[in-house]
Amino acid sequence: MAIVPNEPVLALRGISKRFGAVQALTDIELEVRAGEVIALVGDNGAGKSTLVKAIAGVGPADEGVLEWQGKPVVIARPHDAQDLGIATVYQDLALCDNIDVVGNLFLGREILRAGVLDEVEMERRARELLSTLSIRIPSVRIPIASLSGGQRQTVAIARSMLGEPKLVILDEPTAALGVEQTAQVLDLVERLRERGLAVVLISHNMADVKAVADRVAVLRLGRNNGTFDVRTTSQEEIISAITGATDNAVTRRKARSGEAAK
Amino acid sequence: MSTRLDKTHDAGSGDGAGGDGVGNKAPAGPADASPVAKDAVTVVDPRLLVRQEGFRGYLNEFARKMRSGDLGAVPVIVGIAIIWAVFQYKDSAFLSPKNLSDLSILIGGTGMISVGIVFVLLLGEIDLSVGSVSGLAAATLAVLNVRHGIPEGLAVVAALAAGAALGALHGFFFARIGVPAFVVTLAGLLAWNGLMLQVLGTTGTIGIDDDSFVRMLTDHYFSQLVAAYGAATVAVAGFFLAQFLDSRRRKAVGIPSRPLSEILARTAVLAVIAYAAAWRLNEYMGLPLALVIFVVVLVGLDFVVRRTPYGRKVIALGGSVEAARRAGINVVAVRVSVFALSGLMAAFGGLMIASRIGSASQQAGTGNLLMEAIAAAVIGGTSLFGGRGSVWSAMLGMLVIGSISSGMNLLGVANSVQYMITGAVLLAAVVIDSVSRRTQRSAGRG
Repeated sequence: MAIVPNEPVLALRGISKRFGAVQALTDIELEVRAGEVIALVGDNGAGKSTLVKAIAGVGPADEGVLEWQGKPVVIARPHDAQDLGIATVYQDLALCDNIDVVGNLFLGREILRAGVLDEVEMERRARELLSTLSIRIPSVRIPIASLSGGQRQTVAIARSMLGEPKLVILDEPTAALGVEQTAQVLDLVERLRERGLAVVLISHNMADVKAVADRVAVLRLGRNNGTFDVRTTSQEEIISAITGATDNAVTRRKARSGEAAK
Repeated sequence: MSTRLDKTHDAGSGDGAGGDGVGNKAPAGPADASPVAKDAVTVVDPRLLVRQEGFRGYLNEFARKMRSGDLGAVPVIVGIAIIWAVFQYKDSAFLSPKNLSDLSILIGGTGMISVGIVFVLLLGEIDLSVGSVSGLAAATLAVLNVRHGIPEGLAVVAALAAGAALGALHGFFFARIGVPAFVVTLAGLLAWNGLMLQVLGTTGTIGIDDDSFVRMLTDHYFSQLVAAYGAATVAVAGFFLAQFLDSRRRKAVGIPSRPLSEILARTAVLAVIAYAAAWRLNEYMGLPLALVIFVVVLVGLDFVVRRTPYGRKVIALGGSVEAARRAGINVVAVRVSVFALSGLMAAFGGLMIASRIGSASQQAGTGNLLMEAIAAAVIGGTSLFGGRGSVWSAMLGMLVIGSISSGMNLLGVANSVQYMITGAVLLAAVVIDSVSRRTQRSAGRG
């Protein structure tokens, strides 16, 4: 079970998934390492969500092997993923608007004391968790309904941290947020990495990806279309990998002029 | 190996907020980083809503809650005060010991049914069958005990069990089969009323013996002076002790706690109400057993809602079914159990009503009983939209409805006017609920 620092926490080998006549994923390869943010990008329908569902156990893959810390595992149900240490924060955050922050953080895994909710201990731990993640919210005792979108997102992410996961999957965490709130969430993503977690970040926003990701894995039409190091790759290269626009007017002219030069 | 890796990263998080960027290379960091992180827990963020200590802080907090639409029980308490003032002005017999004592017994039966409704409303659903179930429970008891001579205790248990079973049946059709609760319980309303008529048979009304246990539920008074004052003392002392111990524990682990002055103020308010009630009740015949039962049930179920994992599950389901499901809550089981509880409380209420009337009749559980039970929960402040409310709203709402009907009867106002006024009060309560929901949504601060 020992982790060599550079060994991937999660590795996908040849993952394929088919919905009826549609081949949603074909031979996907992906490696995620501890202390690394890997961005998963791709156009609509590229298979990002399908891939995440396969990892999270919501929609298991048809073929291929998932390796968790070097050992092949079967993730058939969401519970399996949670037990391994995979936490997923979905786009719809699945928080209860009417319950306060503490209650939401511990929903489904309440701390009990003689069979009764231990509100004191839960509040203490919630404050500790929020402060280690430097999450700023007005009060831990106000209902989720009165928090802003960014604050809700940070609460949802903090909630996923309670199970002490090794891998956190964030599905479009900044999609519906304003500038300041996006910055808060991106700060939080960096803090997750600093804590040594592996983070899979699904995003449409290239600026966000460039800001926090270490590597970018591009999916196109259900296939791998390259993995790039963010620091050495330009935004245009990533976008052309997403859109498949390697073949465009400019490249054709270049190719033609190359032929002509011969 | 893995632990070593974790440690470095954990320590890194301590100074991570300082923004040392991507790598945690600084070897000096880990040693002194963790104490800083520990201190940071108790440092109060300036952006947090901090309650000032003392009574002023309490007032500020209260004003903030009011502004953001978190009205709680305030509208209904104001309403009760107005209703009592008006009736007392019109007829000085209204706040007389006898009338108040009768009122406290009157609200018990329908109040019990209303408590079950509160649970169903917390889920965001509705149970229309409670009136019929309560009538059927009363009929079951009367037939088993009076006609077939089965011991009274056994008959009571059978009646309660029948209520719970019917509720569970509604819950099964709603949660498992997916029939809307409105339709399932509407079917129940008709079917169980029919079953009650069949159980009662052609004779119709069955009287309950005057010296029976069931009869005692509503006509027994603890007439010793010490009983009412003792009960008030137990309630006040229990409240104070619970608040005080909770506050002390919070202080011990360093999270915000209620200051002693505020606990004392709250206890004083409760004490005034409890001792005033005890004094008025003692002026008449003493502490009614029915009131004791009602309050004990309320305290118990309030505890279930607020302090147990089960109650948390019910409230979570009322907030967001999807979130509850993802949190691993067994949605079907919780829904079935809530409807079973609603049936059980309906049966209990039915027995209380039969006890007050002294018989199980063909009219039991019909008329406006169902509407009163639902109206009481809503008037008391439980949201029709699910997820918000309190068990106590059953009592507060019944006090409003009971006071109106008792006051109107004193003044000799016709039933027709009573219904119209109760209807207007119900509408006002739902308007307050809807408006406060809107305010709460718009009070979200960024």
